Amino acid sequence: MGMAIDMRNRMAKRAAAEIKSGMVVNLGIGIPSLVPNHLPRDFPVMFHAENGIIGMGQSPIHGEEDENLCNAGGFPVSLVAGGSYCDSSVAFGMIRRGKVDLTILGSLQVSETGDLANWIVPGKKVPGMGGAMELAQKAKKVIVVMNQTDKHGQAKIVQKCSLPLTSTGCVKMIITDMAVFAIEKNRGLVLHEVFKPHTIDEVLQHTAATVSFHDKIIFS
Amino acid sequence: MTQVLNKVSSIEEVNHLFFDGMTLMYGGFGGVGSPPTLIEAIKKKGVSQLKLIGNDTGFPHIGIGKIVSLGRVSHIITSHIGSNPIAGELMTDGKMVVEFSPQGILAERIRAGGMGLPGILSNIATDNDIVQKGKSFCEIGEKRYMVETALTADISIVYAKKADTFGNLIFDKSARNTNPLCAMAGDITIAEVEEIVPVGNLQAEEIITPGVFVDYIIQSEGVDWKWAWQ
Repeated sequence: MGMAIDMRNRMAKRAAAEIKSGMVVNLGIGIPSLVPNHLPRDFPVMFHAENGIIGMGQSPIHGEEDENLCNAGGFPVSLVAGGSYCDSSVAFGMIRRGKVDLTILGSLQVSETGDLANWIVPGKKVPGMGGAMELAQKAKKVIVVMNQTDKHGQAKIVQKCSLPLTSTGCVKMIITDMAVFAIEKNRGLVLHEVFKPHTIDEVLQHTAATVSFHDKIIFS
Repeated sequence: MTQVLNKVSSIEEVNHLFFDGMTLMYGGFGGVGSPPTLIEAIKKKGVSQLKLIGNDTGFPHIGIGKIVSLGRVSHIITSHIGSNPIAGELMTDGKMVVEFSPQGILAERIRAGGMGLPGILSNIATDNDIVQKGKSFCEIGEKRYMVETALTADISIVYAKKADTFGNLIFDKSARNTNPLCAMAGDITIAEVEEIVPVGNLQAEEIITPGVFVDYIIQSEGVDWKWAWQ
């Protein structure tokens, strides 16, 4: 369990490194929600939430939660200086208008061309798309943070998604528990980093897609 | 001084408005900002075959989930049911028809309804089989857009922090969410509020929903559920 938490934090930390000063960022539930813990204190970023918060701050300490100040997942948060509230239509207007620089979200499958499948497992799990379709299609950059394989050991990075798509060709980067990939227009899926103690061979074994290699693969 | 209509009512006075088969729109996001006292009243009245329009189905014991979980809903237009497993079971068993709409497009369809427009043009998920099913398309210049129809309801129930007696509303932090949109889109809108003040006590500049959209104001008795994080 400790190992699992370490790995989740390692992935979140790697994703946090993609957040640049001044960005407006939307985080999905799960590992992406751990990302702010890995940013320097007072780092200049505005976290956006679909329910209508711009400038979301950390979770309040136990006993100081406000039931009317929660993130899109329904859990208590706070507001940073300069933050504001709006209704949900305005929150999504910001997404569609291209004001959200980066979204970091989880996924069930990602294809080698950046197709995202994260909203439905037909006949099994049908939670609905929530705001994922707008975020995937309209955020300036989409980063997926997910495990390399599913609980049955099947690769989640695939040539073509077998699950219904959330959006096509939108994912620009994938961070897994084994590696970091970029998805580039001309080269497709490109391996950039491998997390120790894993090896390139191991990563390829658990990837069901065509992989190109970055000139200097980093082992971190 | 001009007098304005006083819309403050009791739950008993609005109870007759709820009927079997009504279209019911509700504010709230994961139960946050859903009106607890009105939801309890609708639940107690026992109306069924409801057609719901709202962001999500709450949790089984939170928000609109309290009504959904009893099987009182025949049809729902929503964006997410993942936090309410009973909603998923009802859908799988064919007892509740679920029409999924992308979250921001759903909000905008409700807003369009409230703004007196017949629909909006969208380029979200136009290539998605499930979202585009049965919808018409149009072209503007070289681009193809999907027609997303506006949504209105027989009754809209919303939750606000404060109302004056005319029904001008202000909201509380992230509990605003879909409430200002739903408030505009009800044929009849009932606002449940934490505090009712005389007209003139709200700053005109701070009012989010003008009272013209509100028909009834109910004093909230507060949340009667336990939050998932508690």
